[in-house]
Amino acid sequence: MTDSPLLKVNDLSKFYGTRHGCRNVAFELWPGEVLAIVGESGSGKTTLLNCLSTRLTPTTGSVEYQMRDGSFRDLYHMSEAERRFLMRTDWGFVHQNPADGLRMTVSAGANVGERLMAVGNRHYGNIRATATDWLTRVEIGVDRIDDQPRAFSGGMRQRLQIARNLVTGPRLVFMDEPTGGLDVSVQARLLDLVRGLVSDLGLSAIIVTHDLAVARLLSHRMLVMKDGHVIEQGLTDRVLDDPHEPYTQLLVSSILQV
Amino acid sequence: MSSHADLATYNFAYLDEQTKRMIRRAILKAIAIPGYQVPFASREMPMPYGWGTGGVQVTASIIGADDVLKVIDQGADDTTNAVSIRAFFQKVADIAVTTKTDEATIIQTRHRIPETRLKSNQVLVYQVPIPEPLRFLEPRETETRKMHALEEYGLMHVKLYEDIARNGHIATTYSYPVKVQGRYVMSPSPTPKFDNPKMHMSDALQLFGAGREKRIYAVPPHTEVVSLDFEDHPFEVQKFDRPCALCGAEHVYLDEVILDDKGGRMFVCSDTDHCEDRRADGHVGELLAKPQEAAE
Amino acid sequence: MATPLVVSEVFKSFTMHLRDGIRLPVVSDASFSVAAGECVVLGGPSGIGKSSILKMLYGNYAVDSGQILVSHRGRFVDIASADPRTVLAVRRDTLGYVSQFLRTVPRVAALDVVAEPLISRGEDPISARQKAGELLEKLNLPKALWQLPPATFSGGEQQRVNIARGFITDHAVLLLDEPTASLDAMNRKVVVAMIEAKKKAGVALLGIFHDEEVREAVADRILDVSEFSPQRRAA
Repeated sequence: MTDSPLLKVNDLSKFYGTRHGCRNVAFELWPGEVLAIVGESGSGKTTLLNCLSTRLTPTTGSVEYQMRDGSFRDLYHMSEAERRFLMRTDWGFVHQNPADGLRMTVSAGANVGERLMAVGNRHYGNIRATATDWLTRVEIGVDRIDDQPRAFSGGMRQRLQIARNLVTGPRLVFMDEPTGGLDVSVQARLLDLVRGLVSDLGLSAIIVTHDLAVARLLSHRMLVMKDGHVIEQGLTDRVLDDPHEPYTQLLVSSILQV
Repeated sequence: MSSHADLATYNFAYLDEQTKRMIRRAILKAIAIPGYQVPFASREMPMPYGWGTGGVQVTASIIGADDVLKVIDQGADDTTNAVSIRAFFQKVADIAVTTKTDEATIIQTRHRIPETRLKSNQVLVYQVPIPEPLRFLEPRETETRKMHALEEYGLMHVKLYEDIARNGHIATTYSYPVKVQGRYVMSPSPTPKFDNPKMHMSDALQLFGAGREKRIYAVPPHTEVVSLDFEDHPFEVQKFDRPCALCGAEHVYLDEVILDDKGGRMFVCSDTDHCEDRRADGHVGELLAKPQEAAE
Repeated sequence: MATPLVVSEVFKSFTMHLRDGIRLPVVSDASFSVAAGECVVLGGPSGIGKSSILKMLYGNYAVDSGQILVSHRGRFVDIASADPRTVLAVRRDTLGYVSQFLRTVPRVAALDVVAEPLISRGEDPISARQKAGELLEKLNLPKALWQLPPATFSGGEQQRVNIARGFITDHAVLLLDEPTASLDAMNRKVVVAMIEAKKKAGVALLGIFHDEEVREAVADRILDVSEFSPQRRAA
């Protein structure tokens, strides 16, 4: 374990006019750590995720990221070119709806290979070999490599989206409700896959979910959000087994079984 | 000419001078940034979109009284589009026209680059339907502009990857994307990829006008134009396994012509002027040779 | 050698916001320690807070005040105040926990469930799986089950997987929450022997055993949790 965080978030707020999306959020994310952001719809968790992943410019505060050379850079003081480069090399973003993160009209192989081509890989054979390897890792039959994701089931699409993101060996992956909209058995398979990949690759991840079972299974640490504020945070099993805030207690008691 | 009387209602070359200034500025900017698509305030022209309104506006803005205009469509000077655009400029600018590549100072084209090597005193004006090479993979204009600005061209190779995955080779045969002067990826308009190498280090200035999409771009003379490819699937032009049936030319782009309803067909030069020149020089293709053989 | 586990003046209460914010004190002024090679058994009637103590020690429950010191890599870490990252590091390397129930992960084979703590500490997966197999064999888990995910196992089978997972590492402190609850006599004996082996290896063990026979067999000392009960103090 290295002795400096991967991401440092300071006093982050996002206002929509006079309303706030998230307010005064501060935390650190360490290498290899999986952080879950939980809360109900409208609690600001997606706003926070977007502010962390440069998809939305925060109103105040800073998000510092440790680059591969060890230096810390404030994301919002980087040029857009640098940010986008980071997004497609060192980061991943897994959308709830795979159609938002995939190119639905190009083949599975090209979906996985796109990031490689984006960073200058110009050897078709190598790109295809890497894509084949990644499809296998996310349990998609190699015979589907030339099929478009339009022909895939929801679970397969989501696994393809994950492969597409992980192919460049990112260090940080953002996930927005990665299991939302999938039925239970498909969810279980996906969760297990994500869990395995995260630990095998030593990834850091920030996962937004309203499903506490997902948070329990995947995350080391949790932030509970309500009305744009982080109201409780800590070790995932501590927050779930011994919730302190009224809202967290309500959340935990509202699920059938975690 | 009786048409002279009508000319009073038109400014020289149809467009008003302010519009020409605006377009010339866009052209200058395009030349200054090779391959970059410059937006311009495209005008309504007395012809429908898709008939070369972009090319016509570019030609109208650069043409002078001494220019000699050639217009080609699919390589030919005698197709509807070519004939009507040529007639248009004769009418509104009263300029000289030709079908001879050598004699022209401005060549407006759709689909082809002449087989004859262009010279430094010539300008090639392309009619462009869809100027954005990234468009089919990325529908958002805001995003494609950003991709150009940040030189994010991975997507272009996704298209070529798909070609190889589906067909075993790069099957894109026209609008084959090129990189200009190591910077901007550009669509060469729907010319066959056969013509891509002619764009590279050309002595002539090449201007591209897209009327409906309101974009102008350019390749200045002596500019690098490289077709995109993969290391293990390098760019190749079409090869024809026979010469032109009329003039016997090899290493030129051929069109297939159906001769009857019994499967008879021939392959002839797409560039009609080139073909005529060769025949005038005494070159004879298979089809024309046969009757002579029969006569002997 | 430092005492592996020292608990000092720990207080714990629950505030039930969903029930008008009533406060339920569960542990009051708990202080004790467990030495290396010692097995201390938490005693007292059920509902007195034995499980709560184990959960606080493992970091599952927050404490109101007090210290829980675990000797981790040559220094004391206070679980009560450590940040999540430190707690996770202590769990990985020093502090083990065998719960009553196995929280199963979908689709992971029993053998891998057991081997995981070793693999997460960087041990080679092949040798980790081999050790896992040895433990499962010792616990008489039918070989046919090793490659299956434990979700569908019986209570006793799940518990044996859980025990193997807890015992596979050489953690210096081991917390045991009724590890023998659903085992038959033969397997209880196996577990007792495994606890003995841990003691010999110098591991500090703290456990809850309702089974008297097992308790007699393993306990060096019984700690009466009712001493830390707020009710007793109130009385």
